[in-house]
Amino acid sequence: MSDRKTLQIQRMSAHPGPIPGTGVQRDVQVCKLVDTTTCIGCKACEVACVEWNDMPFGATTFDNTYQTMPETRWNFWNLIKFNEHPREDGTVQWLMRKDQCMHCADPGCLAACPADGAIVQYTNGIVDFNQENCIGCEYCVSGCPFNIPKLNPGTKKVYKCTLCSDRVGEGLEPACIKACPTGCLKFGTKDDMKFIAEERAKQLRDNFGMEKAGVYDPESIGGTHVIYVLHDATDPERYGGLPKNPTIPWSYTVWKWLFKPVLGAFALFGGLGVLLHYVTVGPRRPQPEPPNKEGTNGNGD
Amino acid sequence: MELSRRTFLKGTLVGGVGFSALGFDLTPVYAQTQGLKISRATETRSTCPYCSVSCGVIIYTLGDKAKNAIPQVVHVEGDPDHPINRGTLCPKGSSLEQDILNDRRLLKPQVRRPGATDWEDISWDQANAEIAQRVKKTRDDTFLEKDSQGRTVNRCEGIAWTGGCTDTNEFNYLVVKSMRSLGVCYLENQARV
Repeated sequence: MSDRKTLQIQRMSAHPGPIPGTGVQRDVQVCKLVDTTTCIGCKACEVACVEWNDMPFGATTFDNTYQTMPETRWNFWNLIKFNEHPREDGTVQWLMRKDQCMHCADPGCLAACPADGAIVQYTNGIVDFNQENCIGCEYCVSGCPFNIPKLNPGTKKVYKCTLCSDRVGEGLEPACIKACPTGCLKFGTKDDMKFIAEERAKQLRDNFGMEKAGVYDPESIGGTHVIYVLHDATDPERYGGLPKNPTIPWSYTVWKWLFKPVLGAFALFGGLGVLLHYVTVGPRRPQPEPPNKEGTNGNGD
Repeated sequence: MELSRRTFLKGTLVGGVGFSALGFDLTPVYAQTQGLKISRATETRSTCPYCSVSCGVIIYTLGDKAKNAIPQVVHVEGDPDHPINRGTLCPKGSSLEQDILNDRRLLKPQVRRPGATDWEDISWDQANAEIAQRVKKTRDDTFLEKDSQGRTVNRCEGIAWTGGCTDTNEFNYLVVKSMRSLGVCYLENQARV
């Protein structure tokens, strides 16, 4: 194995100090493009994901929709969400959206994670979980604006889409992208995907009468490495609860950037104080017994 | 302040433990992605058996075909060089691995005899022999030399042939030749592969 890692870590959860090996190799930002206007809801990406990742099968849920299950599971990382949106003229618009980890540039899961190295972000933008470091606290679950990471109750570890980091690291495209028969899924650099997405949105606006068509790449979390072309970018909520302005809960920011350093400093100075006291004053010796005064006894009256 | 060697060592120890407890980890950190499970697997090109689109697939099997290695299918995905699907697959095609690694997959011929309720395992030889006998009997019984208006037709109306989507052109050529020689008219195949 050479020194060159297939994927170099850029950020690491709860890691003190610098990340080893940063800044020594260039990498392109990778990105998935999901064109919801050409998705036919065939679910080939769902099956390809389960097959490639060798995940155990589970029973699906029927809830009066074609959707395989209500939300992603620890062993089901890629779910097509089927949504019926009533139009103004009384007809129904059927919207399908591939729901999976968005691989945020500023990941809420990574910010929330207290375990060193359990969540990493590679320089190409992929956010990956290392289950051997995971402590199963589920902070990432509440830190995620998209409700993606899920706990495996059997192993007490959290799992989610890896953007096929094993495939991408070896130069392949993710399994879901490869399978997509309509070509509504694309994979490439972030710049290329943004360009194609904007072109497609312009085409939808100019030629298909979708005045509000646009690209979903939310700035509130620094952009994502999974971007959508939406029929109506002004209302992403209708696509199965895609947040318009996803944010990391403020409590995690306060915890990470205020409480943790301050409390760490307190602990450090406390420890130094104890050490200083020990070195200068010395250990606590047994005190000599106070002289026993007359008229007092052990009952303390 | 007198600082004895013993006190200094104690202090160093306490300080070191304190720093480690506060998260100063001096060991190098490595995180590797999972290895590619098909990196050295044997690739076999095949055709998806489901619909008539006939998508090309690559079947990845464990092992390098060495004498003592028994191959095992570990993954199936679309063939990027195939002109029909260019690497893509539908959900049924994407699940082909489970089609292969399936307890209920038929590995030998079975027959359900007239009136029987259950399927019965038979050998390939027996299956071929029985099919040949039935083809001969059916053809002899239903062969028609002249139709109701006296025109020479020389056809066999009791047999039909349907081809599957993984049949190759060459196989279909042989099918057409042999079926035509029997006089079969109801002939359907799918010469695309």
